[in-house]
Amino acid sequence: MTRFSAWNVFKYGLAGQMGWQRQWRDPEPKPEYDVVIVGAGLHGLATACYLAKNHGLKNIAVLEKGWLGSGNAGRNTTIVRSNYMMPGNREFYEHALKLWENLSHDLNYNVMFSQRAHISLLHSPAAKDAAARRYNTMRLTGSDGELWDLETLKRNVPLLDYSQGARFPIIGAAVQKRAGTARHDAVAWGYARAADQLGVDIIQNCEVTSTTRKNGQIVSLETSRGSIGAKKVGFAVSGNSSRLWNMAGFQTLPIESHKLQAFVTEPLKPMLDQVVVFGVGGAHFYISQSNKGGMVFGGDLDWYKSYAQRGNLPIIQDVAECAMSILPCLGRVRLLRHWSGVVDMSMDGSPFICKTPLDNLYLNAGWNYGGFKASPASGWYFADLIANDRPHPIIANYNLNRFERGVNIDERGAGPDPKLHG
Amino acid sequence: MLRIPCPFCGERDHSEFSYGGDGSIKYPPLDAPIGEWHEAVFQRKNIRGMQFETWQHLNGCRMWLIVERDTMSHEIRSVRPAHPGMAKALEGET
Repeated sequence: MTRFSAWNVFKYGLAGQMGWQRQWRDPEPKPEYDVVIVGAGLHGLATACYLAKNHGLKNIAVLEKGWLGSGNAGRNTTIVRSNYMMPGNREFYEHALKLWENLSHDLNYNVMFSQRAHISLLHSPAAKDAAARRYNTMRLTGSDGELWDLETLKRNVPLLDYSQGARFPIIGAAVQKRAGTARHDAVAWGYARAADQLGVDIIQNCEVTSTTRKNGQIVSLETSRGSIGAKKVGFAVSGNSSRLWNMAGFQTLPIESHKLQAFVTEPLKPMLDQVVVFGVGGAHFYISQSNKGGMVFGGDLDWYKSYAQRGNLPIIQDVAECAMSILPCLGRVRLLRHWSGVVDMSMDGSPFICKTPLDNLYLNAGWNYGGFKASPASGWYFADLIANDRPHPIIANYNLNRFERGVNIDERGAGPDPKLHG
Repeated sequence: MLRIPCPFCGERDHSEFSYGGDGSIKYPPLDAPIGEWHEAVFQRKNIRGMQFETWQHLNGCRMWLIVERDTMSHEIRSVRPAHPGMAKALEGET
């Protein structure tokens, strides 16, 4: 495999860009693998990559029902941040952010990670106090975070609505400067290429339809491309975790599938250098500008359970109203596209990376709104769990019995109602 | 936009309603073992297909309804009042 380097870009540039190789193979499935990961999204691909890279495992396959990165990997707003406060989440997301910081070098693939700062607008003294607590917690646990007064915010983000008549007057902001955005497809492709180089078979158009079990273990996965034997199996199919869980012979998970929309406008000249988040009362809105100039933004879930990858109209209106509340200059900009992804909404808004009642089955699920930013650490710790058959202390409570034990990791304090953990 | 035929108000946009959640949950008695409560509060079948779910007609009659809806196609098969007394009263009318 040709490495990406300044020299090679130059060399192949002179040769009319001919001579680059395929970025990954398209192998036929073998009869059996040591580890089979179901789901070639960011989490599944990262897991396979780290299984090979960190733990030296060979003979790994990633099965994907469509093409790799065809699910939520391509249906997000590409925001990366680690402004989590709860023990359990704090260390995990911080580790993810640290992995992001070196990911392009690590994978030899430009994931276009841009640490452009994540700015949460504050609209009340109470919000400011809560932000001070959260961001101080972050600083005390090895991350970065700061509070900006109004003047600093105006200097850095001049286009927000600071007028006297603003519907939601802004009084300041909570800022994580190391946060930012990345190119979502490049992350999937980068992990796929790195995993493939380490010998992982990425098998696309291979849908799992059932499992064969014996003595409390999965023996093989029945797929649209035949039966594939597996010594260990990992599920990483957020959005459809419950369906796969049923195929493994189980009934229920602390998860509901909801859909989350996102939007992009026509391209504009550079106007917003950061990720800006607006949340007050019922409003919820986050926006950044892509490298192509489109304004990428999103808001709340569609508010009812659904497996359909298509969004409803009232949310488009909600999100447009939010946009107008803080960035009225967007008023005449046209929407180019909008899309919807199906997400696992869990009962406390936190994920699961854990063992299951079957000896050789491991679960990675329940990513709520946070799957994109989490993907490097999710793969890192899921690989560690599968290789060592025990959870790393950092993910000790990302398991299915935390509710029974009363150790919910409820960042929002919203209670056991999945749709409220946005 | 989903259109939900409210048995009291007629067919309305879903934006008038508030989604409750899984309508098939049976809450155990208060003194039931913790495991049963854990099942009812936290565990979900998360069906892809037809399921019963609760909606409240918040910006209408404010009644809670049981809606039978497909979570993939969004087709609504049936709607009835969640309160059994109300359901009976409606039946008596016709």
